[in-house]
Amino acid sequence: MRDVENLPEIPPELQGTVKLTTFDQLFAWARKRSLWPMLFGLACCAFEMIAAAASRYDIARFGMEIMRPSPRQADLLIVSGTVTKKMAPQVVRLYNQMPEPKYVIAMGACAISGGPFKEGYAVVSGVDKLIPVDVYIPGCPPRPEALIHAFLALHARFEHERIRDLKAYQKGVDDGIPIPSLGPDLVDWRRFEPLMEEAEPVKEAIHG
Amino acid sequence: MAEEAQVQESVQVKGMPQEVFQALSEHFPGEIKPARYEGALVPAGKIVEVIRFLRDEMGYCFLSNLTATDYYEVKGVEPHLDVVYHLFRMQGGYAALHVEIPRELEKAHLPSVTSLFPSAMLQEREVYDMFGIRFDGHPDLRRLLMWEGFDGYPLRKDWKEVYYEGETKPYKSRYPKGGHPIYAEELSPLKDNIRYPEGWAPQEWDYDEADRLLYERMLSAHRDPDKPLKTDEMIINFGPHHPSTHGVFRMAVRLDGETVRHLEPVFGYLHRNHEKIGERNTWIQNIPFTDRLDYINGMTNNWAYVIALEKMLGLEVPERAEYLRVIVGEFSRIVNHMLAAGFFSNELGLYFTGSLYALEEREHILDLFEELSGARMMFNYMRPGGVRYDLPEGWLEKAKALAYERIPSKVEQMQHFLLDNDVVKARTMGVGVLPPDVAMASGITGPVLRASGVAYDIRRAEPYSLYDQLDFDVAVREHGDAYDRLAIRFDEIWQSLRILRQVLENIPEGPIVAKKPSHRLKVPEGETYGRIEAPKGELGFYLVSLGKFNPYRYHIRSTSLLNLTALSDMTRGLKVADIVTVLGSIDLTMGEVDR
Amino acid sequence: MYGFGVLKTLGIAFYHFVLTYVDDVKMGFGKRYTPEHLPERQGVNGRGIYTVRYPKEKLPLPERSRNHPFLVYIEETGKLKCTACGICAQACPVQCIWIERGKDPETGKPASFPAAFHIDQGLCIGCGMCAEFCPFDAIKMDMEYENSSYTRPGFVGIEELKKPESYHAKIHPTDYAREMEEKRLKEERKRKAAAAKAAKAKAAAAKKAAAAKKEQGEEPKG
Repeated sequence: MRDVENLPEIPPELQGTVKLTTFDQLFAWARKRSLWPMLFGLACCAFEMIAAAASRYDIARFGMEIMRPSPRQADLLIVSGTVTKKMAPQVVRLYNQMPEPKYVIAMGACAISGGPFKEGYAVVSGVDKLIPVDVYIPGCPPRPEALIHAFLALHARFEHERIRDLKAYQKGVDDGIPIPSLGPDLVDWRRFEPLMEEAEPVKEAIHG
Repeated sequence: MAEEAQVQESVQVKGMPQEVFQALSEHFPGEIKPARYEGALVPAGKIVEVIRFLRDEMGYCFLSNLTATDYYEVKGVEPHLDVVYHLFRMQGGYAALHVEIPRELEKAHLPSVTSLFPSAMLQEREVYDMFGIRFDGHPDLRRLLMWEGFDGYPLRKDWKEVYYEGETKPYKSRYPKGGHPIYAEELSPLKDNIRYPEGWAPQEWDYDEADRLLYERMLSAHRDPDKPLKTDEMIINFGPHHPSTHGVFRMAVRLDGETVRHLEPVFGYLHRNHEKIGERNTWIQNIPFTDRLDYINGMTNNWAYVIALEKMLGLEVPERAEYLRVIVGEFSRIVNHMLAAGFFSNELGLYFTGSLYALEEREHILDLFEELSGARMMFNYMRPGGVRYDLPEGWLEKAKALAYERIPSKVEQMQHFLLDNDVVKARTMGVGVLPPDVAMASGITGPVLRASGVAYDIRRAEPYSLYDQLDFDVAVREHGDAYDRLAIRFDEIWQSLRILRQVLENIPEGPIVAKKPSHRLKVPEGETYGRIEAPKGELGFYLVSLGKFNPYRYHIRSTSLLNLTALSDMTRGLKVADIVTVLGSIDLTMGEVDR
Repeated sequence: MYGFGVLKTLGIAFYHFVLTYVDDVKMGFGKRYTPEHLPERQGVNGRGIYTVRYPKEKLPLPERSRNHPFLVYIEETGKLKCTACGICAQACPVQCIWIERGKDPETGKPASFPAAFHIDQGLCIGCGMCAEFCPFDAIKMDMEYENSSYTRPGFVGIEELKKPESYHAKIHPTDYAREMEEKRLKEERKRKAAAAKAAKAKAAAAKKAAAAKKEQGEEPKG
């Protein structure tokens, strides 16, 4: 793959008819115009997301009006609303089922850090404790224009991604993020994996 | 005997009409006393008979609110749990009943009233979930909002959450020494909102207990013993994530082929601990949190809380503020009903067309609200004693243009669009019929109740604000099926437009708040239950104050939660596709169901 | 007849379709999408395409619009108006404001300026309670909504929060006018009180001088 600066000169008689580009740029151009979000509205921010998809702040102009409820057909997971501990396994399960390349936007104060309900006993303080997030939008709820601004920020990220670095094209098997379970409190198995080799019950290291 | 009768007569009681208390004391001699703040105190063993007496003899046909308070470490009061019942008649105020039981888990139990009022089904499960009180005789006592196996009963006063910083806000660490701020995660050894009990072994825990109990209930409920042929039945999940826009709501359905035999809703996927946080907040800090309850129509949630506060404080609201409240309340009602109709058409399969029309009108009304209060959804507009802002310039002309010209023409179009359509009629007429007696006993309120033929509207039964002076009709329909529940929303929009025509004309001049409340508001000791006719039904707040800066108990009587009590009755015998129709016609918002 | 209802519905949908382009045809194609016509298109009488083509067209926000707070500083002196009274930290429903009171450099006693003022941007819900209860008009709500980021928003301090008073006057004209009016009334009251005091003192002095003169006048006689 050649970089953009090192592309050869186009002779003057062909200037209007030929364009040279790299695969990365072509890929980014195509992806920017057809990113399909998943209809994953949890709480109040879902209504600003729906308003963004409605006629006033039309996201069909960006090719994103197809909001698929099925994760197998979506590229972008917009976590709009509070993620509670009871819902956490489903969020991770849906994220695992999305095909690569996939992106996550955390919309609203609740998805960033738990928001006004952070001190509650049933709220996960930020969805980035469960899944990796690409763009954060503060606000409660953020305006639909702020959501579109976040989409543009995400598109700007595509410019810098190279195909060879994409996770989907790497070798090996990806099992996804282990799905949390609901014990006496939410159990995130990534915390316990190093300890699972030991057969003894967990003692004072983890009680609060 | 004559002296005893005279002594009984002179006992004044609040929270219950005096003659009802008299009748109760005569029927159950020596057992009924006045409770600490409001209502009558009933011994635990007698609660079922007392409620039966009130229902059959005194005409109390609605059990609106059932909740509990934990009195722990209160000066002069022995620690106990207090279960409270609020009953209503067709007209007038409430009758409150209290039952006091000990706090220890083995002794905290009392008889269940589900045999008299099915509206207690979900509310008793919630009290069990939050306080650990067992109800003997309840058919299905499982946790409602948290999952089985969760450690502890969260709303008890001695159960502290992981990020606990202090009993009440404001916390001392913020000022004056807030110099080096820390994230709340630093307060927990696990750097997260998680706590495990000591000696707990992750490999040996039974993680499927919640689902197993649910499926046992599914398999055993509503079995037909006389069925000759044993056919295969399956249990499927309408999981928490589905294309309907109502939010994270799960239903487990037992199907025989395509026919529904039993349906069990599962809640708690959006449980955000409003009530525990409400006990930590001050009275004024709770107002932005009430915005997040029913987020589609934000103004009416504030109104219910502020009415309850004004009852306790004894505040008078100036005339201009009442007019402003009614204006924004009725605009909110229009938004809610248009969105309900639009999203109902979404459920039927009109993928987004109906909702796009409704969303456009919502944008116009939200423009008005943003000019008035500053935000598109979380308005934070009402204060105890009035409202926050006065009308800006040019607002009234825009509101009049909307209410007199634009919205009537758009609503008429939408009405023809949906109600005259043969496909909509074929899919919704006769589907999900709700008989009126089942609706009244199940605690269902709002348009769903009125579509079944019961003409109960709080704006007429217990008028608040300006509604006793305004001229409007209560919309009622008789059949109680999904078509009527859709049509009644349009009827209510027309009534709201009629009200707006009256209030937008002569708004009186004057102050918008009698005296601006301080951020440290102190409310005198007592309790109250304040409610309004929110667009979805009856939204009530049960507040207990010990005379301090923040509530001792803050309970939200949720409209959508109780509207779901009869869901399994409404869908029995229908096909799978009709479940979505019935669910859409009830019009839920999960922020209210799970709080 | 069965089926007419569906035709009626389709008729309404077709009516909306036609309505989309009626104004285009009336005004000439392209004239509806100029910035001058945007308020008309978004207003109550607008019909047809209702879209705001963000980011090319941005809707003007009303004055009371609120997103995140900012601190006001006076441009001539560069000092914040905030006196570190702590009311905003007590009024905030989510407790996202952390204030450290400043100390007087010589005496070491607490002074009326904040040494540190932090807000957790990931937690702020934009309710406006801090601006509502501030007695010194020192913290106000901003309406900037284009603040999405690639990293988790965290604490911001005085440097990021402070904005000049001219910015506040630009985005909140009526609120600024009310503040100026209150300031003017306060100064007027002070001036009147000072003038009354001076007049009273002058009257007392004149009375004293007259009394002294009277005494002097009487003495030579006596």
